[in-house]
Amino acid sequence: MSTHNSFDEHFEFTGKAKTYSLVGIAIGIITILAGFVTNHSLQTFANLLLMGYYFTCVCMAGVFFCALQYVSQAGWSASLLRVPQAFAKTLPLAAVILIIIIIAGLSLTHPQDIEGKSVVAPYLYKLWAVNGVTVKGNENFNAVIAGKAGYLNRPFFLARIIGFLGAYSIFGWLLNKYSQTEDELGGVFYYSKSFTISAAFLVIFGFTTPLFAFDVIMSLEAHWFSTMFGWYNFAAMWVSTLSIITLTIIWLRSQGYMQWITQNHLHSLGQLMFGFSIFWTYTWFAQFLLVYYANIPEEAVYFLKRWEPEFKPWFWLNIVINFLAPLLIIMARDSKRSTKVLAWTCGLLIVGHWLDYFVMIMPGTVGPQAEWWMEIGPLEIGIFLGFAGLFVFTTMTALSSFKSTIPKKHPFLEESLHHQI
Amino acid sequence: MSSTKYILGVFDDPDDLMHGIDKLQKNSVSIYDVYSPCPIHGIDAKLGIKDSRLGYAAFMFGCLGGSIMFSMVYYMLTHDWPINIGGKNFFPIPNFVPVTFEWTVLWTAFGMTFTFFFATHLFPGRAPRVMDLRATNDKFILAIDARINGAHDDITNLLKEAGAVEVKHNERKYVSYE
Repeated sequence: MSTHNSFDEHFEFTGKAKTYSLVGIAIGIITILAGFVTNHSLQTFANLLLMGYYFTCVCMAGVFFCALQYVSQAGWSASLLRVPQAFAKTLPLAAVILIIIIIAGLSLTHPQDIEGKSVVAPYLYKLWAVNGVTVKGNENFNAVIAGKAGYLNRPFFLARIIGFLGAYSIFGWLLNKYSQTEDELGGVFYYSKSFTISAAFLVIFGFTTPLFAFDVIMSLEAHWFSTMFGWYNFAAMWVSTLSIITLTIIWLRSQGYMQWITQNHLHSLGQLMFGFSIFWTYTWFAQFLLVYYANIPEEAVYFLKRWEPEFKPWFWLNIVINFLAPLLIIMARDSKRSTKVLAWTCGLLIVGHWLDYFVMIMPGTVGPQAEWWMEIGPLEIGIFLGFAGLFVFTTMTALSSFKSTIPKKHPFLEESLHHQI
Repeated sequence: MSSTKYILGVFDDPDDLMHGIDKLQKNSVSIYDVYSPCPIHGIDAKLGIKDSRLGYAAFMFGCLGGSIMFSMVYYMLTHDWPINIGGKNFFPIPNFVPVTFEWTVLWTAFGMTFTFFFATHLFPGRAPRVMDLRATNDKFILAIDARINGAHDDITNLLKEAGAVEVKHNERKYVSYE
């Protein structure tokens, strides 16, 4: 089976994919400039935060994917590890972009409406980052935010985000380094080293991703909180990353690379996508049901905003795309083994989790537009395309920087090549 | 007419067994079944065994369980005896979701288990029917229906050539009955 595969296959990033990704980046840059010029700065910032977060999360989850495979000593995935490794390699860049967006959003201010008052406040995180919010007697003083100021203050906030992303990047870099050294030297020494740091990474990642989601997304609406929010975001990040990994592999296969990946590998990835879509729904619903059942105004206000006529269709569409679609489309074995069906489902879930983040971010930043269908306009689409292009360009460049598209001395490689379910 | 009902080839090694299957199939000997203590990759495709339909049964049981529970909660809490719980309306769908979900899972699990028992004639308290008890331990057993395949000595030789450590001509199908 493995005899006609070349394990020295090197990925060249050229041709249409490169052109299209550069076109995407150009569209993104033009859209961002147009957004600032045409006085849509707030909406541009919200979209930049959304896509910056999405991009970073996918790269983070690339490290998570690798670490999970090492810790569970999974054999089936050994031959496709280069794809999440390429994501992990892109993480430092994604992190820098997200941090720049956050710092810019925190430092640039404009007059906006906070609880009925017009205040000059930062574009992002206006509720807790506005000047004087913790100073008693100041007109911006807010008792609730002042009570959270020990956690939600600029230095600690930035230190957390930089610290988390820095730590994840270092672990990603180490895992990549060990895997590449393993290719040169063989043996199980680097495998066991990867195992050890993966275990450490998973502990750190498990405790810090909820905080990361609390900081970057939940603190946009700093009066409200949900302890489920971190896991809910983790599920969204993990499902979208699995979809992107699967789609990347399907695309690479169609370009003639990674021919050792069979229907069986795609089936396994499809199972993960299916299972974690259900998990996503579980966390989404766990968060929603408690708020609905308790019906306490300060909690329910979060869903009330998403229940406004402008957001309600998107709120429901989110459930349809991210729960009903995978449930009905990829439950059956045959559809998980059909490359075409799986590729379409991946695309649907990638857009679906964009919508998921959209419903998390927009009501608390930009607020409702005139009509519900005006919520998603050229700005949203342009910036999505821009980051999609950037993602393809950077991850594929990272993939082409590996000597081969397979970790050829991975101890479980043989098991992966014969993976059958 | 020989009184042999089944010919069993006993193998030590699954690779030899796979080799034996190839040999028999090349000689147009139909194989009744193979018993193995562990899964062997690719054997179902080789023997032409269809995919299990257990998943469809599981799906149906899940739908059934979910519908039964949802109708039951609806009948109790909305139709028959509406109660004001926390100021919710009398048909609060989100509140019905957890219990519906649980019953879907429960019925899927039980339905699937009992379908499996039914289909394989296995259920607690029943002695399993086994052609050779060592198939549950360390031997791989290839069974051939002797009544529809002639030339028993040739089959024996084929199995021996393929590496069978023992070939049995059994006059009854199972060694264990309930």
